[in-house]
Amino acid sequence: MKWALGLTALAVLLGLPTVLSGYAVTIFVLIFFYAFLAQAWNIVGGYAGQLSAGHAAFVGVGGYTAALLLDRGITPWLGMLVGAALAAVLGSIIGYLGFRFGLRGFYLVLLTVAFAEVCRILASNIDAVGGAVGLYITFTGNPRQFQFQDQRAYYYLALALMLLGTGVVALIERRRFGIYLTAIREDEGACEALGVPTFKYKMLAMVVSAFLTGLGGTFYAFYLFSLQPNTVFGIPLSVEIIIRAVIGGAGTLLGPILGSFILTPLGVPISPPHHQARLAMTAPEKRTAPAPISNRPPTRPAA
Amino acid sequence: MTAPAPISNRPPTRQAGQALLLDVVGLSKRFGGVQAVKDLDFTVAEGEIVALIGPNGAGKTTAFALISGFLTSDAGRVTFAGRDLRGLAPHQVNALGLARTFQIMRPFPRLTVVRNVMIATLGRHADVAEAERRARAVLDELGLGAKADRPAGGLTLAERKRLELARALGTEPRLLLLDEVMSGLTDAETERIVELVRAINRRGIAILLIEHVMRAVMSLAQRIVVLNYGERIAEGRPESVANDPRVIEAYLGDEEVARAPA
Ligand SMILES: Nc1ncnc2c1ncn2[C@@H]1O[C@H](COP(=O)(O)OP(=O)(O)OP(=O)(O)O)[C@@H](O)[C@H]1O
Ligand SMILES: [Mg+2]
Repeated sequence: MKWALGLTALAVLLGLPTVLSGYAVTIFVLIFFYAFLAQAWNIVGGYAGQLSAGHAAFVGVGGYTAALLLDRGITPWLGMLVGAALAAVLGSIIGYLGFRFGLRGFYLVLLTVAFAEVCRILASNIDAVGGAVGLYITFTGNPRQFQFQDQRAYYYLALALMLLGTGVVALIERRRFGIYLTAIREDEGACEALGVPTFKYKMLAMVVSAFLTGLGGTFYAFYLFSLQPNTVFGIPLSVEIIIRAVIGGAGTLLGPILGSFILTPLGVPISPPHHQARLAMTAPEKRTAPAPISNRPPTRPAA
Repeated sequence: MTAPAPISNRPPTRQAGQALLLDVVGLSKRFGGVQAVKDLDFTVAEGEIVALIGPNGAGKTTAFALISGFLTSDAGRVTFAGRDLRGLAPHQVNALGLARTFQIMRPFPRLTVVRNVMIATLGRHADVAEAERRARAVLDELGLGAKADRPAGGLTLAERKRLELARALGTEPRLLLLDEVMSGLTDAETERIVELVRAINRRGIAILLIEHVMRAVMSLAQRIVVLNYGERIAEGRPESVANDPRVIEAYLGDEEVARAPA
């Protein structure tokens, strides 16, 4: 029954692009992508109950890494993994500081936000990574450069990311790791008394979560063509990630997906300028060829 | 008050041939102005049942927290199965075979009862199916089998006490530290726990129990250690401790307990 439902949903999602308008495809891409980010956050924030409010830092590190590596001729398909690995390293540093000193709740929020802010300020002030303007990616449509003429390619990529994230969480959920996390969320002291090395498992949750979020950074960069420190490392992006998981059900397998299906379409009219560029490209009234947005900031439509 | 000098210079009462399992020497802990535990010495032998008693605030729970790695001592040494426990995290102490329960019970309320026990059994059985099988076996033994798939938050007080016991047992300890697992229970429920503790001990698991219910202490303990103001004021067989004037004096005024021993 559960399987039949899941397979039906999957078949529908796979077939959907054939009937959707370009604009609707864009919205679905955003739904899947944010569901993926929320799912990645869900591991440490939902299952383990460790409130990270700085996950934008991992998106940023992932995205910047892949974009900068492409400048040196390295395909983002590889850059994606390098970016994710660096995000995981950052995650382990944040996790170590937070968990070694037993920070929880509000204090962990502060620490994670502080790290994301430090990343934002560093990126804004280092000219080699574009400074405050950030990085703009020239649209080439070359799949080797993680770019596609056909919108549906992004659709399937985002869907694959969402399924990957959900698959990882499903796997974690039924193993010792996931079962421990649900108990750590409830009472770490009691876990310790029962022999659970809570520090180790919180670290593991943070690292896996940061790695997946870092993967998402590459998609972000090459789908939206731009990496601006204020948006990609900004607090609003972290909040966007968290609220999808929380509204849909933090610590549940389908919560982040549900949350993204509810919130992403609602957010489209008020979504930030970098999304608007993508949306405008595919908006029904502008069915012209996607204008390359390279090397200039996307313009915010007059509202 | 200055406590009387420790009386127990008598030889240890444990039988020859029983190996030393827990050895506490000179354990001390101060909270601000309160000397919660002071220069505490005692031992538990392999397979033994020892009771740790004393009036409210005597430092019993603090002693448990020090032994199990939840607090670091100001002075003293705890050796378990020949290993110095200094600097070990609680989960490491547990992994060595020393499990504790909490006086203020700490179930995972949103997890099911069997999941609660699995958190304990998973430590030695990484395979989830095996850990679940063992958890259910422990729950059946403690008479909680019928509640296994309910959320732990919905259990009665007596059931939560038994869950606390089940979880500690699920870690497959050599020594169980039980902190008031009988307080607040009816006579019948208390009797049931006494029988359970006896059965657990018969399997070779040593027990160190903090308890105010003196009837249970007298029937279970082979040896009693009495604390007052953090210090050991007496130690010995139940009959001798119960008639010790220092113990009676310590308990005077503590009505709840004063009526029980005699
Ligand atoms: N974390 C703490 N911070 C400050 N003081 C504490 C702390 N824990 C215990 N105390 C104090 O240390 C003393 C010993 O407390 P403890 O809980 O060990 O007593 P107990 O023998 O277990 O008492 P009871 O029978 O009431 O459970 C008390 O005076 C208590 O107020
Ligand atoms: Mg106590």
